[in-house]
Amino acid sequence: MIAYIVRRALYAIPILVGVNIITFLLFFVVNTPDDMARMFLGQKHVTEAQIEDWKTERGYHRPLFYNAEAEGMDSLKDTIFYTKSLRLFVFDFGRSDSGRDISFDISQRMWPSLAIAVPQLLIGLLVAITFALLIAFFRATYIDYWAVVLCVALMSISSLFYIIGGQFVMGKLLRVVPISGFESGIFGIKFLILPVLIGVVGGIGSSTRWYRTIFLEEMNKDYVRTVRAKGIAEQTVLFRHVLRNALIPILTGVVVILPLLFMGSLITESFFGIPGLGSYTIDAINRQDFAIVRSMVFLGAVLYIIGLLLTDISYTVVDPRVRLS
Amino acid sequence: MNDRIIPWFPAIIACLLGACSEGAWNNPYPNGEQASNVVYSSFSERPKHLDPVRSYSSNEYQFIAQIYEPPLQYHYLARPYKLIPLTAAQLPQVRYLDAAGRPVSRERHGAIAFSEYTVSIQPGIHYQPHPALARDEQGNARYLHLNAEDLKGVHVLGDFSMTGTRELTAADYVYQIKRIASPYLHSPIAGVMREYIAGFDAFREEVGARYGNSPKGVWQDLRSIDFSGVSVDDRYTYRIRIHGEYPQLVYWLAMPFFAPMPWEAEKFYSQPGMEERNITLNWYPVGTGPFMLTENNPNLRMVMEKNPNFHGEQYPTYGEAQDLENGLLDDAGKALPLVPKAVYSLEKENIPYWNKFLQGYYDASGVSSDSFDQAIQFGSQGDVQLTELMQAKDIQLETSVTTSILYMGFNMQDPVVGGFSERARLLRRAISIAVDYEEYISIFANGRGIPAQGPVPPGIFGNIEGEAGINPYVYDWVDGEPRRKDIGEARQLMTRAGYEDGIDQAAGKPLVLYFDTPGAGPGAKAHFNWMRKQYQKLGIQLVIRATDYNRFQEKMRKGTGQIFQWGWNADYPDPENFFFLLYGPNAKVKHGGENTANYQNLEFDRLFEQMKNIENGPVRLEIIRQMTRILQRDAPWLWGHHPKAFSLFHSWYKNVKPNLMANNLLKYKRVDGELRDRKRAEWNRPNYWPLIILSVLLLVSFIPAVVGFYRREHGTLK
Repeated sequence: MIAYIVRRALYAIPILVGVNIITFLLFFVVNTPDDMARMFLGQKHVTEAQIEDWKTERGYHRPLFYNAEAEGMDSLKDTIFYTKSLRLFVFDFGRSDSGRDISFDISQRMWPSLAIAVPQLLIGLLVAITFALLIAFFRATYIDYWAVVLCVALMSISSLFYIIGGQFVMGKLLRVVPISGFESGIFGIKFLILPVLIGVVGGIGSSTRWYRTIFLEEMNKDYVRTVRAKGIAEQTVLFRHVLRNALIPILTGVVVILPLLFMGSLITESFFGIPGLGSYTIDAINRQDFAIVRSMVFLGAVLYIIGLLLTDISYTVVDPRVRLS
Repeated sequence: MNDRIIPWFPAIIACLLGACSEGAWNNPYPNGEQASNVVYSSFSERPKHLDPVRSYSSNEYQFIAQIYEPPLQYHYLARPYKLIPLTAAQLPQVRYLDAAGRPVSRERHGAIAFSEYTVSIQPGIHYQPHPALARDEQGNARYLHLNAEDLKGVHVLGDFSMTGTRELTAADYVYQIKRIASPYLHSPIAGVMREYIAGFDAFREEVGARYGNSPKGVWQDLRSIDFSGVSVDDRYTYRIRIHGEYPQLVYWLAMPFFAPMPWEAEKFYSQPGMEERNITLNWYPVGTGPFMLTENNPNLRMVMEKNPNFHGEQYPTYGEAQDLENGLLDDAGKALPLVPKAVYSLEKENIPYWNKFLQGYYDASGVSSDSFDQAIQFGSQGDVQLTELMQAKDIQLETSVTTSILYMGFNMQDPVVGGFSERARLLRRAISIAVDYEEYISIFANGRGIPAQGPVPPGIFGNIEGEAGINPYVYDWVDGEPRRKDIGEARQLMTRAGYEDGIDQAAGKPLVLYFDTPGAGPGAKAHFNWMRKQYQKLGIQLVIRATDYNRFQEKMRKGTGQIFQWGWNADYPDPENFFFLLYGPNAKVKHGGENTANYQNLEFDRLFEQMKNIENGPVRLEIIRQMTRILQRDAPWLWGHHPKAFSLFHSWYKNVKPNLMANNLLKYKRVDGELRDRKRAEWNRPNYWPLIILSVLLLVSFIPAVVGFYRREHGTLK
């Protein structure tokens, strides 16, 4: 298995280089270093000399990919791409264009993101699996039919609607939770209820339908028929046999997103004023802070690759027949 | 059993939380803050800079203007805007010098080579408690020689256990001006100041030569470098020498750029290891003002508390005539600040902000387009009123015309709409009539604005009201008010210009014009359609060239745009700050200035140079009148409109008067904490019955499933 993990880690390098190049290209197609300097220095009274100084101070005075004035390897090394991107591979995110330590900011802001994302995932998983099992149990009845209709309806509603509607109903009409805000510690629990609840309700439709499909597929297999023929109670069939065997595809979906929980939710964090990594990324995009954007995209790519690797490993845990080689 | 509990879960949690807290369940603040006189406000964006040498935006000024004190400030209540001393003992004394340094009288404009401003500050002013100023028992600086060992366990400024203070001196102001000139600090006003302050470039070059343009981790002791235009006379007096005349300098002296900076602060923050911990002057201000930043978490909350070393100041004792009856002088003569603390929460979206304002969790709010109909209604006479919902909550409304302008500009370098030919001038005038800004304000600004007649907004010297002030090329004076000329007149102008019915007679083709805009998305579509319709009145086909803001700016810099919209907020209440937007040497393409239309009229430029250096009075007003007439005739801009600011505030929030020039307004605000608590409790009683009903319904909805399950498990095969 170690050889497999090492091989996957090596595969990750060209992927990350590719992600870096694409991020770099996309960012600099839209923004030039001059645009970044203007955004940073403000709109009023800015001179060309100030812009040049700003670029020089942050290393944006270099060519993007190839320095025709340099010789040898320096023509590649003395470029924005090389100087800004290479150190990401040792997780040195450097400083943002406004001068703050990005690693420190990430370490501070991942906790609020996790405070929302982890309970959302766990509660959502519990609720969705429960509903899906229930619906699968009543397959081809009116309960199944109406549950699927409800799931499709829930899936069809925009997440923004859930957020605004949730804030309106729970915060404004019922006044049982704060409309927005965040706080650490025990006092902060009341700020988590609404975003977590909205996240769970918003995701319940799609995940329930998906799990229902998995369970139905599993319930039609021969071994389940055999178990039932032996007169085992239905709850035992569902929880001990069907659920356990359906875990593999569920794990595929869950484990892959585990690392990405750090990255936060862009819209939720913005609407609830949660100082997580989602709002950090959005702010950086709005400010054209390339240092943060590239760091967050890189981190997202790394976490995604880790998620995929963890998924593969988790297969071997839940299904002894699977061997990584 | 567990299945039965789950549907009740939200209600149980809510009840538990309710039981744990004494106040309203939706209160976003700790209960300990109840009945206090804390001001609650918000910020929508993390401030980029809190260093006064760099900061230049309103969201940053709302913090640093309460902390840093420049020598002058604007009187809170008096109008027109009036400068008064803040830390200065009196307004700066000005003397004029010839090239040899001999005094000359102010009237001899031609002979004046330098103006020298002498600023005397009050003795006995002290800085807020700060580690940079801490001293040990021997009187040595405690934290100015830190090593890696000393910084162990230090993550934020509050981790330094000792603080200290010292008296404010004139040298601190001089040090800050040197910081403005230092290339590595990128002060946004360095470009402006280098034109005026004597010795600016020489000082800048010396700093660059000694330290480089971007030194890192090393303190630049600017005290040791001479700056010929700025000098310390004595402990409490300093001088600024500027080239020629620039009476607007006093307005800059009321901005945080010219606030004092103790050299110890810069040395403290530049020590190795501080920047790595994000402990920088850009994040942790140190000032003499009424407040100091005690919690600095721009991702969540900024908290300012009263500076215990504040030198003291009194609430104004006079203002405008109606201020007394409006209760704005109830606190006259009282010691400032009137509140001990202000909490600013990060609120990025309008909707939650607005709802929390209605719940009483913010003291004041603007009126966004989303909430406009909920807050504002127009009376039968077109007067602005609050809706019943607002009145029921005893919410108050303040309106004011902002000292800003949103205009539509023509690129004067463009071969079709630009230039000074009669044809182009007539075309611009025709468009000026056709684009109906009254309609624009009504549709897109909810009536919040007044059409502009020239560049100078109301409230600033040079804005002429009434018939004498209207743009005679666009408006007629009818029944005591300006009325836009009939579209027929615009069509006649088009005919005279050779564009009858929008057809270029010379080329025999329809006239196609291009509108460059950074606006995009569904929200902008209605605006573009409206704009097309305005031009269509003259038969002109308007092509919208929407792009992102960066590309739009590039077009402006290169002069490849044709028609565009732009805006300007006043830096200070002087007409020079608006007319300079059309001054030839400020042309964007040629000189990189703020003259986006690239308008260059020699007569206008001559009058501008004359006007900018003289005091407000009949002579200046007459020059402004001439300049305005030239602009109205040439029509390089469609004058657009001056937006109106609507602000709402609760009945417990006192001393609210719009002051568009001053930023240090927090010290004047007062809060009736008890009234606020009563209102909050009344407005925020939790309504948990719907939750209980929902839980019951959820439970009931499980009954068919439970019954079905039971039947299936216990049924017999038939």
